Amino acid sequence: MSATATVRHLVELAPPGRRRFLLSVLLGALAIAFGIALMTTAGYLISRAAEHPEILSLTIVIVGVRFFGIGRPLIRYFDRLVSHDMALRALGRLRSRFYERIEPLAPAQLEGFRHGELLSRMVGDVDALQNLYLRGLAPPVVAILVAIGAIAFAAVYLPAAAAILAAGLVLSGLAVPALAWRLQRRSGERQQAARSELTADLVELLRGTPELLVYGGVEAAYDRARGSDAELARIARRDAIVAGLADALVALISGLTVAGVLAVGVSAHEGGSLDRLLIATLALLAMSSFEATEPLPEVARESGATLSSGRRVLELTATEPAIADPQDPEPLPAAPAVALESVTARYPGADGPTFTGLDLRIEPGRKVALLGASGTGKTTIVALLLRFLDPERGRVTIGGTDARRLLQSDLRSTFALAGQDAHLFSSTIAANLRIGAPDAGTEELEAALEAARLADWVHALPDGLGTLVGELGRELSGGQRQRLVVARALLSPAPVLLLDEPTAHLDPPTAHALLADTFAAAEGRSVLLITHRSEGLELVDEVARIEGITRIGRSPG
Amino acid sequence: MIAGAASGAAPGAARNIVRRDDHASRPQMNALDRRLAERVPGVRRMLTADGAIGLLATIMVLAQAVLIARISARAFDGASLSDLAPEIAALVAAVLVRSGAGWGFEVVGRRAATAVMSALRLELLRARLLGDPAGARDRADAGEVAATAVEGVEALEAMFARYVPQIFLAVTVPAAVLIVVVTIDPVSAAIMLFTLPLIPVFMWLIGRYTELRAQERLEAMNRLAGHFLDVVRGLPTLRAFNRGPAQAERIAQVSDDYRRATMGTLRIAFLSGTVLELAATLGIALVAVTVGVRLVDADVTFEAALTVLLLAPELYLPLRSLGTQFHASADGRAVTEQLLELIGDPERTPAGTAAPPSPAAADIRLEAVDFSYPSRDTPVLSGVTLEIGSGETVALTGPSGGGKSTVAALLLGLLRPGGGRITVGGIDLGQCSPELWRELLAWVPQAPTIFRGTVADNVRLGDPGASDESVDRALADAEAAGFVSRLPAGTATIVGDGGRPLSAGERQRIGLARAFLRDAPLVVLDEPTANLDPDNAALIETAIERLLEGRSALLIAHRPESAAIADRVVRLDAGAIAPVQEVPAR
Repeated sequence: MSATATVRHLVELAPPGRRRFLLSVLLGALAIAFGIALMTTAGYLISRAAEHPEILSLTIVIVGVRFFGIGRPLIRYFDRLVSHDMALRALGRLRSRFYERIEPLAPAQLEGFRHGELLSRMVGDVDALQNLYLRGLAPPVVAILVAIGAIAFAAVYLPAAAAILAAGLVLSGLAVPALAWRLQRRSGERQQAARSELTADLVELLRGTPELLVYGGVEAAYDRARGSDAELARIARRDAIVAGLADALVALISGLTVAGVLAVGVSAHEGGSLDRLLIATLALLAMSSFEATEPLPEVARESGATLSSGRRVLELTATEPAIADPQDPEPLPAAPAVALESVTARYPGADGPTFTGLDLRIEPGRKVALLGASGTGKTTIVALLLRFLDPERGRVTIGGTDARRLLQSDLRSTFALAGQDAHLFSSTIAANLRIGAPDAGTEELEAALEAARLADWVHALPDGLGTLVGELGRELSGGQRQRLVVARALLSPAPVLLLDEPTAHLDPPTAHALLADTFAAAEGRSVLLITHRSEGLELVDEVARIEGITRIGRSPG
Repeated sequence: MIAGAASGAAPGAARNIVRRDDHASRPQMNALDRRLAERVPGVRRMLTADGAIGLLATIMVLAQAVLIARISARAFDGASLSDLAPEIAALVAAVLVRSGAGWGFEVVGRRAATAVMSALRLELLRARLLGDPAGARDRADAGEVAATAVEGVEALEAMFARYVPQIFLAVTVPAAVLIVVVTIDPVSAAIMLFTLPLIPVFMWLIGRYTELRAQERLEAMNRLAGHFLDVVRGLPTLRAFNRGPAQAERIAQVSDDYRRATMGTLRIAFLSGTVLELAATLGIALVAVTVGVRLVDADVTFEAALTVLLLAPELYLPLRSLGTQFHASADGRAVTEQLLELIGDPERTPAGTAAPPSPAAADIRLEAVDFSYPSRDTPVLSGVTLEIGSGETVALTGPSGGGKSTVAALLLGLLRPGGGRITVGGIDLGQCSPELWRELLAWVPQAPTIFRGTVADNVRLGDPGASDESVDRALADAEAAGFVSRLPAGTATIVGDGGRPLSAGERQRIGLARAFLRDAPLVVLDEPTANLDPDNAALIETAIERLLEGRSALLIAHRPESAAIADRVVRLDAGAIAPVQEVPAR
């Protein structure tokens, strides 16, 4: 996608707001214009004063100098506030739109972002776009407006000076940013490969230090990292030479423009076509005009990264959800008998099916365990039931109705999930529990905690239910996390409980106790327990076994 | 020249003002600079070069102003273009040199940043290799540490290429401007001297105020900023519970709260910039009006007045630029601080040199061993006594956090006992060369690291000189031959970061193959079947039984089944040995 198309699509997705944008352009242009006016009127004042006129005749100019001197910082202050407010508003809008678009894609179509780092980068891409709103939109427009004004002013008095100024502003506002953009891209490409190589070496060396020490591979690994470091340093030293080129060129162009304007001014005065008062005045005008183009090389340097972020964001927001609600949905059947009927499942883009022709049935109120080695697709069954994935062949039914004929919200209200990679939000224990049932009262929360054997622990905490669990539940141990996830599922009123490896991080006695309590609390509901361990199998009515990729065997529980 | 005022505060402005409290910690900053200069000799040379370039740039700033004023004034009095040709040529030369000096700052600064980062990186690696490698926390952070050590260079480049030169200019340019103005018009110099100190005073006053306000808001802002990421991460969970759409509104709400909080901070943060700019523009206006009025009275010459006007902005500009570049320096400083902290002080007691006896014919004893990590209050091990007879397999069980892995790390020579000692055939391990000792042992950690390279390279970590046949045999012994033969290129398949991903069970078997290839008399196994499904666990247990045949071994076991193959089971709870239970020999 071209740069302009990317910007256009982003602005359509989350518009910055026409009024705020215009105000920001107006204030930005005015602030620079006041700066130019301050120096220009000051130059005129001194030139005029040199002719020793009546002091009163200078009053207006003096007032002008003071006015511009006081006005300039004040306008700049409001300009900054307006432009930041605009960028933050646009960012908020962008986040909401982005979320609305990707929400139906989760989790199957965001599978590529499952890795924590990639997900952070995706969110980082969205946040990076505030750069676009803050610096990418208004400053180029401001630069053009101010440049036109300054050139027009110069043209009134001396067209030759206006021509030189125009040349200087175009060079510093267009040619130099273009150069800065190219240099940045080329050095970025050169350094990126070396940086990734070095990062990989460092990660490996840091992670594998104990093994390298024990097996004696330290020297070789260190030498490899040192080699990558030297290579990166070599490239970086070479890139340092071109790095400052753009800024140096701006200084050069503005300096030469001033010298040029001065020279044509002197020459025009010599020829009698320019008042001597204007020689210094025009030079000062030229000198201060370059503030308009000053931010542009930096904008250009950043644009590569900003546009890449924008493209990645747009790619995601343009993705059509693979799973949609039916046109005329059927009502949710009353008795939630859940079944997979000869289901073949395949993830988009996968080489082969995860399993084929699978049958599984959970009658209302029955407790079923699903046993199988890792990689046989146990978790895929959860994805099929929740309709995060549609079967390639066969069908999933709820009370006999094909899941694809139901509203997704109806379908999902049938299930409460305690998954092995369930997310804990960086909030309180109570808020995390209430994901299961938003309107649950404190007593219900207590009951769920009790059933998950967490009640004593929570009571002992100084903030109780109001305790923050930290980012990704960092403040909790693995076992506590697991139990909180189970408590959340128990709190949900859904008639079918899906427990996906609920005891993965627990030692055998605790695991057994948690399962026993969970099953007791789930009395009357259906339960599907997915596990590769033997604990809890005596609690279920029936054990299903998933083997290889083809069929499901059965044995009485 | 009023430049540099435009860019101003980036989105990070709110964050930057909080860092302003670094202003207060100047001594600390110098200490940091000194530590850097000690470690990286290039830094000192760079500072000298920056000084020279800075002086040159300063002289050119003055020359430009003087020449523009001279040309304008003489043309005012009727001089022709050809009369002024030498001055115009000199002006062009001054412009060339000045832009060249700016370029020089950038080249020198970036090269210094590269040199500093390179030196710190290698020192960090050395410190890690000598220091305490068994710290589990450090290993978890490897990705982050590496990212800082590589990408952090950008922050350092900004610091060295922008901020450090600006410090020079902030001192030299105002001083030089004042000196020149004193010689041509003392009255203007007096006005300048009066307005100039306002800048640092305002900076300080506003800095104090914003600091207080910002600290209050920072925590709230961080929480709001993290909300979006948290929600996106939790999308699968939200959807499973039908809570997806409800969050869209919440995101809009939180974004708006975040905007309000940020704008509240920015309103104050931008004040400081505004006041600084006001001091500058008012100073310029004041100087211009005063010299203008005095020019009418012929108190000063036109040329002198114009020179003063042209120099006035240069007086304030470097100080204000210093303020806008401040966050560049704060980021760079944060990176160096972080790296220096990671490097720490890797001083260790010198290692022994004696050759240890082989565990094939000698018993290993832990005698009243104590150990505690510096970062934790409670000791990990206290008074642990344990014997591993020659050829005996001892299983260590107990709850997680009980100190099992620490015993393994001590035995591997990765940690040293805080009290007590470990002996091999009666000889203190502390007096033995760790390298020679490690040649006598093989280790299979809980999650073996797979290095970038082929499967064969990874197995050869156990014995770099091993033949292809030995590698194949080790893989077969480790029950890994089956899955390796199904890989696209067999033992030549590239694995590790960026290569073919391996499952936990496959990694375990590669780790076991290393141990087989090592063929060492002592084997340390750390929870080898934890978190594996029964099929994988069964395969690995078969391989382990084969490996332990005829060797001494310490087996750390989480599940009771894993301990079954041991000759003896020892329970470790809260850092101490619980009563020993003997199990029948295999």
